[in-house]
Amino acid sequence: MLKDPCALIVGKETWGDFCLLTLHSPKIARGAAPGQFLMVRVNDQPYPLLRRPFSIHDRQKNRLMIFFSKAGAGTALLAARNPGEALDIVGPLGKGFRLGGRKTAGRTAFLVGGGRGIAPMSFLARELRARGVRTRIFYGGRTESHLPLLPGLVEQESDIFVSTDDGSLGYRGFICPMLERELARWLAVPRRGRASAARRPEIFACGPEAMMKGVAEVAARYRVRAQFSLESVMGCGMGACWGCVKKIKRAGTDEWVKICEEGPVFKDTEIVWEES
Amino acid sequence: MTDLSVDLGFLKLRNPVIAASGTFGYGLEFKPFVDLDKLGGIIVKGLYYEPRPGNPPPRLAETPSGLLNAIGLQGIGVRAFCDKVLPKLSRVKAPIIVNVCGETDEEYLAVIEFLNADNRIAAYELNISCPNIREAGRCPALNPESTHALVKLAKKMARRPLITKLSPNVTDIVSVALAAEEGGSDAVSLINTLLAMAVDVETRRPRLANVTGGLSGPAVKPVALRMVHQVASRLKIPVIGMGGIMTGRDALEFLIVGARAVEVGTANFVDPGASLRIVGEIEEFCRERQIGRVEDMIGTLKTV
Repeated sequence: MLKDPCALIVGKETWGDFCLLTLHSPKIARGAAPGQFLMVRVNDQPYPLLRRPFSIHDRQKNRLMIFFSKAGAGTALLAARNPGEALDIVGPLGKGFRLGGRKTAGRTAFLVGGGRGIAPMSFLARELRARGVRTRIFYGGRTESHLPLLPGLVEQESDIFVSTDDGSLGYRGFICPMLERELARWLAVPRRGRASAARRPEIFACGPEAMMKGVAEVAARYRVRAQFSLESVMGCGMGACWGCVKKIKRAGTDEWVKICEEGPVFKDTEIVWEES
Repeated sequence: MTDLSVDLGFLKLRNPVIAASGTFGYGLEFKPFVDLDKLGGIIVKGLYYEPRPGNPPPRLAETPSGLLNAIGLQGIGVRAFCDKVLPKLSRVKAPIIVNVCGETDEEYLAVIEFLNADNRIAAYELNISCPNIREAGRCPALNPESTHALVKLAKKMARRPLITKLSPNVTDIVSVALAAEEGGSDAVSLINTLLAMAVDVETRRPRLANVTGGLSGPAVKPVALRMVHQVASRLKIPVIGMGGIMTGRDALEFLIVGARAVEVGTANFVDPGASLRIVGEIEEFCRERQIGRVEDMIGTLKTV
């Protein structure tokens, strides 16, 4: 956990309301793991007062990337920043995805990203593959133009499933029915060889709360494990303000748990989803 | 070299900057960013006797230059604090002050009685002013009588100096501060957050699940400064000022109107190194103007 008051913006791509920033910050980049996040000051003015949390999209040597959409005043100001300017960032924060130990080689992971929830998935896929895990990515959005990271993913990933709510690209509808269909297909195929290859896939998901709740229901129906990267308004990102809590099962009771400190990634068995 | 130390009478601080309760966790969270030894003091997050679940989310809402919160004093309780947290803080040179909470008078006293046994604690800050616990922000600090009664009880129980933390949500802050002084408080600290709210016009829902919350940050600083000025002009006991301090110059404003020390709160969220940065900025200000002792700044407001 470090503060870098001078993380230089060295790259920027935008697609409508979506923005991808590349930052030069060697020390924070070195320590980063998939699913961890940064707290970013969007400008050096008194307003907006608070930093904004962003999942680490990727890391390349000395560089970090964040991918976000303009959702309010803070993210709009950040999207207006340009290469050559410096950002004040704190990170890497939180506990990322659990990538598993030595027995993971040969297993399969389903990575599910809805909208800007795709942010951590290519970093995660690469780290999983480095551990011998086969990865399959599910990327969903409202419409084709809401899937700006798709061309980049296609270059890196061989196994991608796409859904759009309006059917403008890929599967027509929400990401969950597509995930369910593919999960059922995967489980229907008899698998031989190493024991690990035959084990049920694990799901890693990030996206809107309703989508993640749907993914959790699919995971429960097919008895597969899942991890979710949760999102919340955050005050500090480092466990001091207790503002970012979600309901989590702990030792028999449900507690308000700080997602910045104990998350943002939690297991399916821990999360108490809100009634919708 | 500027002498940054300030004397509260019952406690000498190496500098006037104290990390404010509720914004500095239990101290340990800030170790990666702040050399805790170099702080004037650390006030840990408010403690009830038992662990507390806190309020449902959303607990935070940002407003122009301000932060609304309704955390609800979620916390681990005194026992876990003394067993698990204090041992890790015991080598920190900055004095550790515990913010004491209670649902009832009895609970305040039980917390103090429990903490009395632990000599690693330098003082208590009596939190009679959290707006997020009872309905409509009710708390003992809202009137002089309940303040006086509780402070008197707490002082009798406390084996350590007592700082009473006041609420700004009153018509006459001076009368409440005087009541704390008469009750035997060794100092007062102010201001706690201002009772406030925000609404999402699309959903017509309050932006906090608790409906109302406490406002902090730069937006409240002028109000805080006015109240510290009023209180410091009337009380004999030391006043610790807080409310929206983001820089050394902000802190100096509070010292000039009469605060003997300051607490830094919301700034810790924005910049985890804020507390020590502010110490550095105070020192720089004094050095540049050849002010030998920061105490020479205290209560030097020129009104004519």
